[in-house]
Amino acid sequence: MIVFSLEAHVELSADECGSSAHKDPSSSGPRPTSSFTQSPAARQPTSLEQLEEEEAKDSFDVDVSVTSPEKIGDGMNAYVAYKVSTRTSLNMFRSKTFFVRRRFSDFLGLYEKLSVKQSLHGCIVPPPPEKSVVGMTKVKVGMDDPSSVEFVERRRAALERYLQRVVSHPSLLQDPDVREFLEREDLPRAVNTQALSGAGFLKMINKASDAVNKMTIKMNESDTWFEDKFQEVENEEQQLRKLHAVVDSLVNHRKELCMNTAVFAKSMAMLGNSEDNTALSRALSQLAEVEDKMEQLHQEQAASDFFIFAELLADYIRMLGAVRGCFDQRMRAWQRWQEAQSTLQKKREAEAKLLWANKPDKLQQAKEEITEWEARVTQYERDFDRIGMTVRKEVLRFEKEKAKDFKSQIIKYLESMLQSEQRWFPEWLGYWALGIGKGKPCCVTTSDNSAHIVFQDT
Amino acid sequence: MTTLDDSNKEKIRSVSVDLNNDASLLIDIPDALCERDKVKFTVHTKTTLSSFQKPEFSVPRQHEDFIWLHDTLVETEDYAGLIIPPAPPKPDFEGPREKMHKLGEGEATMTKEEYTKMKQELEAEYLAVFKKTVQVHEIFLQRLSSHPILNKDRNFQIFLEYDQDLSVRRKNAKEMFGGFFKNMVKSADEVLISGVKEVDDFFEQEKTFLLDYYSKIKDSTAKAEKMTRSHKNIADDYIRISSLMYQQKITRILIYTHIVVTMSFVSLQKVEGRVASDQELKLTELLRYYMRDIQAAKDLLYRRARALADYENSNKALDKARLKSKDIPQAEEHQQQCLQKFDKLSESGKKELTSFKGRRVVAFRKNLIEMAELEIKHAKVRSSIQLYYICFIMCTNELQYAWGICKILCEQI
Repeated sequence: MIVFSLEAHVELSADECGSSAHKDPSSSGPRPTSSFTQSPAARQPTSLEQLEEEEAKDSFDVDVSVTSPEKIGDGMNAYVAYKVSTRTSLNMFRSKTFFVRRRFSDFLGLYEKLSVKQSLHGCIVPPPPEKSVVGMTKVKVGMDDPSSVEFVERRRAALERYLQRVVSHPSLLQDPDVREFLEREDLPRAVNTQALSGAGFLKMINKASDAVNKMTIKMNESDTWFEDKFQEVENEEQQLRKLHAVVDSLVNHRKELCMNTAVFAKSMAMLGNSEDNTALSRALSQLAEVEDKMEQLHQEQAASDFFIFAELLADYIRMLGAVRGCFDQRMRAWQRWQEAQSTLQKKREAEAKLLWANKPDKLQQAKEEITEWEARVTQYERDFDRIGMTVRKEVLRFEKEKAKDFKSQIIKYLESMLQSEQRWFPEWLGYWALGIGKGKPCCVTTSDNSAHIVFQDT
Repeated sequence: MTTLDDSNKEKIRSVSVDLNNDASLLIDIPDALCERDKVKFTVHTKTTLSSFQKPEFSVPRQHEDFIWLHDTLVETEDYAGLIIPPAPPKPDFEGPREKMHKLGEGEATMTKEEYTKMKQELEAEYLAVFKKTVQVHEIFLQRLSSHPILNKDRNFQIFLEYDQDLSVRRKNAKEMFGGFFKNMVKSADEVLISGVKEVDDFFEQEKTFLLDYYSKIKDSTAKAEKMTRSHKNIADDYIRISSLMYQQKITRILIYTHIVVTMSFVSLQKVEGRVASDQELKLTELLRYYMRDIQAAKDLLYRRARALADYENSNKALDKARLKSKDIPQAEEHQQQCLQKFDKLSESGKKELTSFKGRRVVAFRKNLIEMAELEIKHAKVRSSIQLYYICFIMCTNELQYAWGICKILCEQI
């Protein structure tokens, strides 16, 4: 048994930031959550600051998890059912803990309902994971081979993240469709989820963007915040795509390394068998064993690469698409307002003409229409302002979440690399010890500059 | 056929790793020049032997000159019973050159930083190939100088001393031998060796062992190379990740921790790259070298098998001559010659193969231990660096401290 401890083996969790300042003597203070919101906050001081205070107070006590994938049925009609468990302290739910069974199309259905309702208000609705015909066909055939297992696990994790994002959004949590999704035993089958495959989703977003681009009236922003932010979002999306491509390459290379290491280990074992010098033969066989263990470690690292890093990037690329979508919704709202204004203008011109032509009955109708359109213009203007405020709030919230998410995931990633390397070290140490003629190392402690090793007596 | 007489047994040499021990003839390659594809080695000799004109001298040599020397030794009848050290492989810059070409093509899609870093990595790779080829040529000469019989070879002396261009001699040699021996051997090799009826247990065992071992080690070498290449690919990916993360807009995502995170990816890349090159050096090179050495041992077995075949044929010819009562003395003489040749080959072959075994075991052991030590060093460095980074991210938000500490930690790698 090897005990290996580095000097500061800390249990690391992302929430602990700022709680103990080791290196920095001057106090860093509480985590500055609002430091990255710059001038926009200054320009509309009262409302935004208030919003942020509300944000800080909000702490939602809902915990969801997606587990236990189970294949239901056979052949091409088979599907996978997941257990969606909720744990909550909020009173609006029927109990404190409960669970239901849901299938993938149910998740897509939830998204469809939410996006129809909420995106009109400028909400950023988290997009669900993508459909995959290839992946599902393999699963339908059989759930046991490693690529199917990986596919199901990937999907399960993605669905869990999706739900967690939905329930951590204060407005979405209040939506009755979300509650129904979490609670209701028999959920009616969602139809028309074709449009919500990955490609379909992107098409939807892009169609909206095209409509906006075709606008003849150029929007005159008094506040450049929206333009600037939109540009930022677009740039960020590009950056993430590039990064994702490289991380994808890393995942593949790591998988190759696994394979090559396993194959090499076997080859070494065979070489060890061929070797006629007994000591060397044993050394080669042991090297083969160590390399075998390395292969396992590489496998785990590959999983980390993928599930922690690559999926994080993929999620946020989709999320940024959703953010762009809500900017477009605001533009649409503006468009509606402008069109109503121009319609009102036309009505007024028509009224003027009628006044001149002296047709009293038509004049009455015209006056009524004008009143109607005046009301509409006011309504649409209010809608536009409201959407603007929501978009702002949403984007701030999104950025905060994103920063937190990225930080915690990347730390998790580095942690997992660290853990696998801590297991690397004793393997090679054992090998080296046998090489120099000692028994197995049974206790290793290291400090900054030296390692103290105790060997078992052979 | 004679067996090795115990009283004649010389001290079995078990050295391959520690060459260049005998002060009477010390050879090294202190520097080399790389001109596009051609490498010019400076071969430096220090000697106390009177057979040389000067006690210390240097000559410039090309790879082709080494090949010439190897081939003339192989073709020399007198050395048929010796394991001729394998010829050094041709300097191969194809790998890094191709990568450099691809890098040039992809320059437009990368940031300046990424490009610079990858270029640096490639230059390091180029340098590593260069160092490796120098080492391999040096070892070849040192093997020759440590061999009691080969180091007295006249051509070896010419190679070390002759201060003119060897290309004239090379051309003459080609015309004389035409690579005849080499071409013939390769295909007939395996068949002949396995086909011969062996009466000597020692050679029977050696034959079985070497044939099997060769195929296994060839396989291991190829697989080790693939594994090393995977490590290099991962290191390259980390370069691209770290430079993308360092770039502008990503900073907004990670706020003030981005520099720390970037540096940890840089460190990952450095370590992965080191793992790759250390593995290359210790394990892969070791396997590659002994694969070639075993081929040389197999060549020895082949020559002996051919001599045995000659002897058996001469026996048959003698019988035929006796039957016909014609040309008996010539046939008897021929048979005696063949027997002598075969015995001589067997005797020296046994010595050579035994010392070869010892050499191999020692070299493997030394290199495996060194490799394990390197892996331990890497693991420890990697873990401690990453632990620092993580603790750092957790405990402080001060950007300037982050930058400073990261730089210090990076230099420790």
